[in-house]
Order: sequence, then C-alpha cells, then structure tokens
Amino acid sequence: MTTTADPATGSAPPEGAAAPPGARPPRWWRLLGRDWAAAVAATVLGAVLLVALLGPLLIGDRAVRQNLDASLRPPSLDHGFFGLLGTDVLGRSVLARLVEGAGTTLSVAVPAVLCSLVVGSALGMWAGFHGGIRESLAMRLADAILSFPSLLIAVVVLYVFAPSVGNLVAILAVARIPVYLRTARAESTELRSRLFVDAARTFGTASWPIIYRHILPIALPTLLTVATLDFCFVMLTESSLSFLGIGIQPPEVSWGLMVAQGRQYLQTAWWIAVLPGVAIMLVTVSATVLAAWVRLATDPAQRWRLTLPRKRRGTRPVTPEVTA
Amino acid sequence: MPASTETETRAEERPADDPALEVRGLCVDLHTAAGTVRAVDHVGFTVRRGRTLALLGESGCGKSMTAQAIVGLLDPVAEVTGGSVTVAGTDVLRLSPGKRRKLAGPVLSIVFQDALTALNPVQPVGRQLAEPFRIHRGLSRRAAREKAIELMASVGIPEPRQRARSYPHQFSGGMRQRLLIAMAVALEPDVLLADEPTTALDVTVQAQIMRLLRDLQTEHRLAVVLITHDLAVVAQRADDVAVMYAGNVVETGPVREVFAAPRHPYTRGLLDSVPEHARRGERLPAVPGSPPELSAIPAGCVFQARCPLARERCVTERPVLAPVGAGRSAACHFSEELAHA
Amino acid sequence: MPETTLERTPDAAPSGAPLLDVTGVRKTFRSGRGRLTALDGVDLRLGRGETLGLVGESGCGKSTLARVLLRLERPDAGTVRFDGVDPFALRGRELLAWRRRVQMVFQDPFASLNARMSAADIIGEPWRTHRDVQPTAQARQRRVRELLDLVGLREGDAHRHPNEFSGGQRQRLGIARALALEPDLIVCDEPVSALDLSVQAQVLNLLADLQRRLGVSYVFISHDLSVVRHVADRVTVMYLGKVIEHGRTEEVFDRPLHPYTAALLSAAPTLDVSGEAGADREIPLRGEIPSPFDIPSGCRFRTRCWKAEDRCRDAAPPLRTRVVDGGDEPHEGLCHFPLEVAG
Repeated sequence: MTTTADPATGSAPPEGAAAPPGARPPRWWRLLGRDWAAAVAATVLGAVLLVALLGPLLIGDRAVRQNLDASLRPPSLDHGFFGLLGTDVLGRSVLARLVEGAGTTLSVAVPAVLCSLVVGSALGMWAGFHGGIRESLAMRLADAILSFPSLLIAVVVLYVFAPSVGNLVAILAVARIPVYLRTARAESTELRSRLFVDAARTFGTASWPIIYRHILPIALPTLLTVATLDFCFVMLTESSLSFLGIGIQPPEVSWGLMVAQGRQYLQTAWWIAVLPGVAIMLVTVSATVLAAWVRLATDPAQRWRLTLPRKRRGTRPVTPEVTA
Repeated sequence: MPASTETETRAEERPADDPALEVRGLCVDLHTAAGTVRAVDHVGFTVRRGRTLALLGESGCGKSMTAQAIVGLLDPVAEVTGGSVTVAGTDVLRLSPGKRRKLAGPVLSIVFQDALTALNPVQPVGRQLAEPFRIHRGLSRRAAREKAIELMASVGIPEPRQRARSYPHQFSGGMRQRLLIAMAVALEPDVLLADEPTTALDVTVQAQIMRLLRDLQTEHRLAVVLITHDLAVVAQRADDVAVMYAGNVVETGPVREVFAAPRHPYTRGLLDSVPEHARRGERLPAVPGSPPELSAIPAGCVFQARCPLARERCVTERPVLAPVGAGRSAACHFSEELAHA
Repeated sequence: MPETTLERTPDAAPSGAPLLDVTGVRKTFRSGRGRLTALDGVDLRLGRGETLGLVGESGCGKSTLARVLLRLERPDAGTVRFDGVDPFALRGRELLAWRRRVQMVFQDPFASLNARMSAADIIGEPWRTHRDVQPTAQARQRRVRELLDLVGLREGDAHRHPNEFSGGQRQRLGIARALALEPDLIVCDEPVSALDLSVQAQVLNLLADLQRRLGVSYVFISHDLSVVRHVADRVTVMYLGKVIEHGRTEEVFDRPLHPYTAALLSAAPTLDVSGEAGADREIPLRGEIPSPFDIPSGCRFRTRCWKAEDRCRDAAPPLRTRVVDGGDEPHEGLCHFPLEVAG
C-alpha cells in the first residue's frame, strides 16, 4: 500500500521548525530538565558514582564484618540503617556490601569499557575509512578474538597470571574490542562516501583529521550507545569470573560477585542476589536512557525535538520538503 | 487496464460537476522548539474528476504538508487545527483513523517522490502490488496476483509476469515510479495526489512518467493533485494551479491564464526567474531574499519582505484571496497594478 | 557587493593553452555484477575564465568525471592536464598546492555540509589543512566574514549550524567553502538542482558574479538544460560514459547534431502554455538508459534512437563536425546519421 510508505529521506526538521535564527541553542541542563526520564537517569548515575567514591569512607568495615547471629535477616526497619536491606549468610550488611561493591564494580567495568571503546572504535573507523586490505585485516582480527570463547581465554589468562583487577580489566577490554570495531567500521564505511567527506578530501585533508573531524562526531553517539549496553555485559562477565573464583577475590566484593554468591540462597533469602541485580539493572537502564538522550542532544539538527513533550517527538524523522 | 463497471456506476451517481476533492480552510500547526507555528494557513481548493490541479510552491511553503494532511500521513509534530477535506461527499478529517484507512486506496491515494523508500525492499513487487486487492477487495492470493500482473502491464512494465517476482532494487528509477503509480491507481481511486512524482527522475524518463499519468487520468477520470516546484511541469500538465507561499495560497486559476498574466507578484517573480526567458550571461531577475521562517511570518502580507510592490498597507493588512477574473483569484492588495503592467 | 581582498585578475598565462585538458579518460569499476564502464574515453577542454556545461542523465558518467577532475578517483587510462600539470603525478607538497587550485561545489547542500559544524568552521575547514593560507586566528576570522559577505550571507551567520539555514543559504555556504582556497577552477556538480526556483536564480547570479570578479573557471554539471544554456560558454553532452556532442552553447542548443541531444531538448518541459505545441515537438524515446554494465555495441544510443539502423549496431559512430562561422571551433557529434549536417 502506498500509504504505508514514508518518503522521509532526511532528518532535518521542516523549514521554520528549527530554533529561530540567531537564538543560542538551549543549555544542556535545561534540555535535561525538560526530559524527566533522562533527568532521573542522570540522577541515578550521579548517585551511584557518588556512593562509589564516598560510600566506603562512611561504612567502615561493615561490608566484611561478620555476625553469625544476624545471618540471613530479611530487609526490615528493625535493625538500624545497615539492616535496612537485610544481611547475607554470614550476617554481613547487604547495604554496606552494595556500597562497597559499587566501587569495585565500577573500577572494573568503567576502565574495561573505556579501553575497548577507544581501541575498538579507532581501529574500526580507520579500517572502515580506508577499506581494502586494512579493512580485511581489522575484520579478521575481530573474528579471531570472537572465535575464542572469551570466558575460556579469561580463565586461562587469569589462571596463569594472578587474578587481579588490572588483569581482569585487560581481559574484559580485549574480549569486547570486536563489538566496537565492527560498529565503528560499519558507520565509517557508510560515512566515508558522504559528500562532506569528499569535500574534505578535495581540500587535501589527510585521513586521520577527516576521521577525527567528520566521522568520529557522527559515529560517537552510536558507539556510546553500544558502550552502555556493553557495560551491563562486562559487569555480568565479571560476576561469572568472580563466581569461578578467578575474578574479584573475597573479601573484596562486587555486585556481580554478590549475585553469584546469593544465587544459592535465592529461595530462602532472595534479597542477597536480587538487590545487587537490581543495582546492575538500574545502572544499565539509566546509562541507556542517558545515552539515547545524549544522542539527540549532540545532534544540532535533532536537538530541538528534546524541547517537545515526549509523545510529540515522533519515531520517524520529519519529512523535509526538499525539492531535490 | 479495463475499467470495471463498478467505477462507471460510481461516477454516474454523482453529477459530473461535483468536485472529487474539496479542501476548505485547511490549517496545520507545527509544534516546534520556538512554540507552535502555522505551516498551512487556511488553504482551500477544489478538483473535479478528470482535471489536474497543481499545487505549486517552493520548499517549506506547506504544499507537501497539505498533501500529508489530506491523506492523513502527518508527522506527529504536526496537527490539523481546522478546515475540512471533502472526498466523495465525506469530510475525511472527521473520520476515525480506521475508517480513514479504508478510504486510502479505493477513494484517495498518493504517489511519493522517492520510489525506492516507498517500496518494501524485501518483498517481491508482485506481492506488494497484490496487497491492496487482498486488503480492500478480499481477493484470494492467486486472484490478487493476477490483478497485480495486469496492473504492471497497464503501467507499461515489460514482461510483467516474470518481473512480478523481482525486488524493487532490480528496477530502474523510472520503472519503480511506474510501480508506485500502479499501486496508487490499483483500486481506481477518485483522487490521486502526486507529490513531486518525477523530481528524482531523468528528463527523458520524466516525460514518459508524465505521459503515463496523463493516460491513466484520462482512462479513469482521476482528479489529480500534482504537488511540484517545477513551473514547466505545471505549464505542461496541469489545468489549474494554486500557488502557495509560506503556508498560504496566494494565487489560483487556470494555468494558461495565470502563467500568461500573473496577478500576484510572487507568481510573477517565479515566472521571471526561469532561465529560459533570460539571455545567456545576463543576470536572472531573481526574487530577492528567501521565504520567511514559519516562526517569523509577518502579520500583514506573507510576501511583503520580498515584494517589489510592497507598501504600508501590506505591513498592516493581510490580503485575502479575492476574485480577479473568471475562475481566478489572488491574494494581493495591488493585483490590479500587475494586470495593467 | 563591497570590495574585498579576494579581487584578483585572471592569470596572465597565454590564452591559447586551455586551463583544463582531458583526453581519452577511461574508468571502470568492478563489482559483483561485472565491469561497470563509467567513463569510456572522455575528452574535455576548458579555457580560462570560461564555463563548460556538462549535460547528461544519470549513469552518463558526469559525476565520475567530476571526481576524476578533483583527483578523488584515478582514471584507468587517459590524461588529465590542469594548466599543463598532471595532478595524478603529484605528491606531498605539490599535491597540496594543486588542491588549492581546484575546488568543488556539491549538489546536495544538506549532505555536503557536516551538520555538526558551524558555518565558520565549515568555511574555515580547508585552512586547517592549508595553514599557510590564513595563518592567524584573526586572519581566519576576518576572511570568514569576507567570504560570508561575498556569497551574500550575514556576518552573524558565522556561528549558526547548517540546519538553521535554508537550502539556498546552505549552497552559498558551500560556495564560500569552495572559495576559501581561492581556486582557479570550481567543479559545480548540479549546484542548483536541489534549490527552489527563486533561490536558484540568486545562486546562478552569484556564480556569474564570482566569475566576473575572480576570473574563476567552472565545469558546470547539470541535467537542467535551461540552466546550462544560461551559464555555459560551451556544452559537452554525455551518454553512458561517452561524450556524444560538444560545441558552443548556441550551436548545440539551436542545431543539435546528435539525436540524443535533440531528444533531451524536446523532453525538457517548457513554460510555453500557448497550445499543444508541447505534444508535437516531443521526440518520444524508447525505454530507459541501458545498464552501464552492458553497453550496447556500435552506437550506445541505438537502443533508444528513432533513427537507428543496422549500421548503428555494427560500427562505432564516426565523429561528425560542423564548422561554425568563425571557423576555428567546430561543433562535434558522434553519430552515423546526424541531424542536419551540411555536407
């Protein structure tokens, strides 16, 4: 049916729908304020970061202090602040362990994601921009990494070397490089034939400046979206490794480790595994929502949509009346 | 394609002069960062069966949005805030979305500019063409397929039976546009909107497609609304023209008369800036400036900022579309001056 | 338009030597479907300060030719001489110096400008590679203002993004960017076909003004015959990768040699509303342009030509020339049965 088709080919707003000429674009925090979901997400992430940084100073040794009398207490208001979220089998405060775990989790996941993001994106954009043999080489590298079960390499490497946070980060980073490499390559292959890239070539611009100026800013929002999703994957892998005993070593604690440890008590003491799981989910969902918002907010042609109520934003780009 | 008896009787039920499409006072508002702006401002026109009305204007003038409002395909940021669109005796703006969808195809259909994005890339074209027959006529798969092949033949696609199994990307641009047109006329609508149907095509193919549209129009007595920015296409193919500027219709009338002696300075400026009339190397008489932003449309005449005739009255008072001759009207305080110029 | 420092007298080189001389350029692309012949022995000449109109429909190779002229694509065979120099032989510093002399204005003012950059960044982008052209930040700022002014934009526009401009303004921005390096030749690839009529006239006037003031030459690619007729001194008509007709603009338009040119001219709709003349003068062409993967033998236009005979299939068409008054510059066409050739 012809009526199901959407002739939209561009993403520009209709003439006159953009901000009035000369008007400064709204400040980012104002845009954030208009979008409640993004605002909540930013708040959650900010709070988690703050807890990870300052939390350990406030809880002392409560994350590891055992009290077998208080074993497996359900969340309640009767046992003071640290009893709010219950205790685990050794009577340690789940709240204190969540706070302590936030720091460990982020100190593994954030550097790992950042490393693979930077290395994978750079390689991928370079490969996609040049094509040919360079592209094939990079893609084979990605295939090689993907073809080994990453958990298996991790086990081998962490068994040979000491299971430290540094090694864990390195392993997780290398294992996730292909994801960014492939995404960046796809974006870059598409962008390299864009006219403004051709224009830059006609000025004699070298390839890295073109990548930095024209490809990175456009590919970045997509890569960041992938990174937020990957964040979740990295946290879960870290928990599996911790569960196998080659990740985070007790008495250190991470959310993933808490989930792993609490799994066997799921039927009797759900809070031990579920609460850190909820924490992982909250952080991941917040990061995803915020990434989607950043994607819109950094696009000058789409930014204006953020000033509209959510339901009016539309899922498809507005049809510009381009007479081309 | 043989005209079915059904259409013939439908056409006979109404007197021939009854307009197939009547748009009155259509207003479309856009909700934007700068607040709500009016993109289409009290646009009205009528098209009778067998006639072609050209909606002529530059990008952003609201001509495509008018078409989208008529067929109900507006972007969520746009909203119809007034007016009526009467097709086959009913105001489609008052219908429920479901009832409206039932009209799309048998009564009212649209051809888009970009045939590649308007077709589903992963379905053979034969199946896509058969779809309207299955949905609206309830034909069996086999019967609908036969209909689709018939339809492909009728729009001049060679070897339709074999080609029905091909995918859109295996067709050339002109052939894809033919497919879109075939889809649009499949259920023999009364009204066909064509939104820049040939703009993306090569000149020699453009001519073929325009000829096809004309033939189909004669065969089915279609009322055609041709949305375009191309003056030459209007000159060659339309009976009547409505010139739009900044969301307003500024001049209407029979093409021959309007183009021979425009009564609105904007129409005049457009006609003058066609290179065809100028000598090589000479400066073209361009209309200065560019159309106003929708957020900054002046209170008086919409064209005042670019108009050579503009004076005080144009700043304060918006001219209304007033008759300036038999079947012609123009929205200009000083259209008399153009008549004598 | 105010005086600016961009004013230049055309180079004082001997007027006889063409600025651009292209001979026998051939370019094929390999793909899964076989060999695509984009350019099949193309010749082109352009004098200083002149405009050459390049006409043809999609697939005729005009965009590939533009990319070859800009050294974005290397031809398989043939030579390109720009002011006597083969750009494909240049490296490093010399290549950069050459790049300054040839620039391009693109068709699509939406896609050719990076939406994330401001107008000032877009215009100034070439200087980030050619730092010596505008060495200081102040000089750059001043020149951006001058260029904005030169193409008819306002100084205040420098900080706006492409999406805040109309199509015509965007194209002015593209032209300003092409002028930033003060080139001798600008290849304009359909520069006005995405623009509205009233704006199109403004941009055509602007290009003409710039040529008068800066002495810049244009290769003007377009499918719109009325536009080419208005701007070009000479016209080259291409069909499926080959030049099929070349000559002075009036000659080609008024007395076309090649049936394809005649058909193109007749297919272009005109504003003439006087009567049914349109239907009469129309030369109906059969079918569409053949695939460049499978170019017809002999004359490549024969599959659509109403004058085609067996000879057109068997033999490549000969070069026909018609000597025009004045003598030194023939009007050329490739056809077995050219239209109204005397002798």
